[in-house]
Amino acid sequence: MAKKTPTDKSGKADVTQPQLGFFGMCRWAWRQLTTMRVALILLLFLALAAIPGSLLPQRIQDPGRVNKFLDNNGAWGQFLDTIQMFDVYSSIWFSSVYLLLMISLVGCVIPRSAQHWKAMRSAPPKAPRRLGRMPGYEAFTSAQESEEFLDAAQARLKRLGYRTSRHGDHVAAERGYLRETGNLVFHIALLVATLTMAIGSLFGYSGQRILVEGDTFTNSLVSYDSFEPGSYYDPDNLPDFRLKLDKFTSTFDDQAPGSQFGQPRTFDAKVTATVDGKSESHVLQVNSPVRVGSTGVYLTGNGYAPEVTVRDAKGQIVQSGPQVFIPDGGDPGYTSEGVVKVPDAAGEQLGFVGVFLPTATQNEKGELVSSFAELRNPYLVMSGYTGDLGLDSGSPQSVYTLDAANMTEMTDASGNPLLIQLAQGETQKLPNGGSVTFEGVKRYIAVDISQDPTQGLMLVSAICVLLGLGLSLFIPRRRMWVRINDGKVEVAALARGEDPMVERAAKDLAKDLGAEADADSSSDGTSRTHTASSGDKVSDARPDRRRTGRASQDAEEANGRSRPDDWQ
Amino acid sequence: MDVNTDLAMWSNQLIVSAMIVYAFAMIFYAFDLFGGRELKQSEAITSGAARASTVRRTNRKTATALLDPPEIDASADASTGSGKNKPRRGARIGTSLLVLAVLLHIAAVLTRALSVMRVPWGNMMEYVLTATAITVVVFLIVNVKKDIRYLGTIVAGGVLLCLGLAITVFYTPAAKLIPALDSYWIAIHVPIAILSTSLLYISAILAVFQILKNAHETKDPKWLRFMRRMPSSIDLERFSYTIAAVGFITWTFTLIAGAIWAEVAWSRYWGWDSKEIWTFVVWVIYAAYLHARATRGWGPTRVAVLNLVGIATVIFNFTVVNMYFNGLHSYSGLD
Ligand code: HEM
Repeated sequence: MAKKTPTDKSGKADVTQPQLGFFGMCRWAWRQLTTMRVALILLLFLALAAIPGSLLPQRIQDPGRVNKFLDNNGAWGQFLDTIQMFDVYSSIWFSSVYLLLMISLVGCVIPRSAQHWKAMRSAPPKAPRRLGRMPGYEAFTSAQESEEFLDAAQARLKRLGYRTSRHGDHVAAERGYLRETGNLVFHIALLVATLTMAIGSLFGYSGQRILVEGDTFTNSLVSYDSFEPGSYYDPDNLPDFRLKLDKFTSTFDDQAPGSQFGQPRTFDAKVTATVDGKSESHVLQVNSPVRVGSTGVYLTGNGYAPEVTVRDAKGQIVQSGPQVFIPDGGDPGYTSEGVVKVPDAAGEQLGFVGVFLPTATQNEKGELVSSFAELRNPYLVMSGYTGDLGLDSGSPQSVYTLDAANMTEMTDASGNPLLIQLAQGETQKLPNGGSVTFEGVKRYIAVDISQDPTQGLMLVSAICVLLGLGLSLFIPRRRMWVRINDGKVEVAALARGEDPMVERAAKDLAKDLGAEADADSSSDGTSRTHTASSGDKVSDARPDRRRTGRASQDAEEANGRSRPDDWQ
Repeated sequence: MDVNTDLAMWSNQLIVSAMIVYAFAMIFYAFDLFGGRELKQSEAITSGAARASTVRRTNRKTATALLDPPEIDASADASTGSGKNKPRRGARIGTSLLVLAVLLHIAAVLTRALSVMRVPWGNMMEYVLTATAITVVVFLIVNVKKDIRYLGTIVAGGVLLCLGLAITVFYTPAAKLIPALDSYWIAIHVPIAILSTSLLYISAILAVFQILKNAHETKDPKWLRFMRRMPSSIDLERFSYTIAAVGFITWTFTLIAGAIWAEVAWSRYWGWDSKEIWTFVVWVIYAAYLHARATRGWGPTRVAVLNLVGIATVIFNFTVVNMYFNGLHSYSGLD
């Protein structure tokens, strides 16, 4: 490119010039991206970008609530959806912030690792000419012979855990390499953790299933009520096991007053897991999943499944068995909604929709409500429909709701909507001559079954994050120099990063090496401000000693974020 | 369900007693901080010479500069005091009362725990009750190492306010745990979260004082005269940072332990539940705070403001997120 003359106006030049500009710009952008300032701004943006996910419903958690929000909010909702406010954590804007941060992290970690590697393998560098500038500084005289004195100083520093080297008239020493190691481990582990999270979601899966007492779950795709595989999950890898729900028991608080009354106290699901032909009993609890290899079965919900028998006019059973009713999440009384669908009824199909009340009570307004979650007065309250359940229409339909669009409501003799109200064991006649019987109640549980092959790696990264952080925040990194010149001794200390003890370190070493004990030194190590007494001239050279920790950081910054090893 | 209601009642009585003592502690600390007679007296004595006191009357501002030792290191003032200094009686009484109050407070925590035979942090009220006790204990422990009694007013006042909320807004009757919380992880994750909150709170108060002290050092407005007794803003900054750094580590631990617990309870270690989101936000803000300290162009005051943003997210995470946001972490114990 240097060959080009200013007069060269050929097409080539036109191509080359913008290219230079482009690369130049890339380099500029890269340098910007890897500055501390930009990393800081990105961190603040990351925090900000994470917040909307807590204010608005998210699809990854509850698509139902998102749809409800969209229904209620018209154009505003549509707008929010367009800017991915319901998928915050997979949105373009959230992803760009953390991807930029990751890139920035790489750009900062690589050069720093290289530098640190070099620093760890080289001897502590020579002292600067003017030690008086260092944040920790002591001067005194010694009658000892120079070499002997430096030998002693070196030995002392070694014993204090410093790495040392001799340079003519002085000893140079350094300690605390682990601080930088820790910082690098921390940042690299963060990178690994982020990548692991992304990979885990690609190769794992999670699924849900409802199991009524007596049901057996066989781990295969068809057995799941819902199944969300990662992009690269191979369903052929589903581990082979079976799980039978033998019995579910729960207890609720009927003693505590106020808001604690009726709160759940125990959920215990007795299950039998069969793996490789061997059966074993477990108690599955909220905080105690059943694990089969890297697959876990977790108890995430429970409820009541009233057993309902429907007979036709001839007394033939057309439908029987437990029907899963879903408890209203907010109600401690477990008022549950559900449906009974009877597709096989001769002639017209039947459908019932209603609520199940474990402990039915009348409230002040005379309405039936459930006042407690245990089965103390179970009641089933439903309305009935006849017509087309719409099961064959092809459009997907929840098993727990009734689409009454093509059905007509049953009425009683006087033409009012028929109210079916059954205590356990009761039967009610239907207008078509048939009947409904509320036979009994079974319990059911909802389980999550999931597999994340990267969890182990995630745990290791998390531990590295923690360890690295501990090292990087609490290991003081410090350089010390001891110089002797015609019996005049100088001891100096320089900290990298936070090190409240840097002045004290110089003082202590000076004392060890024979300096007169400082008259007003207090023993608690906090009286940094008194150090000036050891030589006022020296402190004059340093206008504000207390600022030096910070100032040296600034100096590092000034030399580029990669924190060059030259600390001056 | 095997709840000892007598003990629970005792606990409530003890909370109220502790609050009364905290109120007195706060008042005495405030006398120390804002200088009633006590401060003026010690000021006069510090000056030593009668002439200086005269000067003080004629020219308040310059005299102050004259009278103040170059650095009233609080610890020098109190313990290694030169004898010319009168002990800070207000602060001493404040600390004695604080010790008494925290003993009552700890008794309240223990009776509450014994009344239900489990860890005393199963709902918001208990969390506040324990967190405030730990804050005071942390404050007193730090005080052994380094005199930070100038924070006493705000520590006692904050604790008083929180306890007031605990027995009203957050009040929850003593009861057993819900199954979702019934795990040994509650004994690992929650106390460390509480400790983090206490540390970050103390760090934040120091940040406030740092900002005020900085204003006092640069502009010296009249209403900040009470800041004279404070260590320099640089010392305050450094101390605030050290405590926040410890708090950040414990918060990181809280987050990791929470993720492990989440895997055990909910089948995934991270699911962007609203509580998880805010724990993450808090974490990122404090990471930014630590970065900001090492970033050129970010002066100490701006960094301190970031610390305050941090504590604001911590408080938001505990109050608004627990009480108003939908999520799996609905253990506030409130309706
Ligand atoms: C993106 C590029 C990043 C760069 C260039 C960077 C750079 C640095 C540097 C130079 C330090 C040392 C500061 C000091 O000595 O006080 C540091 C510390 C720290 N960084 Fe980063 N960092 C980056 C990303 C991150 C990220 C993404 C996080 C986490 C959210 C993070 C969290 C921390 C923390 C907590 C510390 C404190 C440790 C200490 O002060 O030694 N950093 N970072």
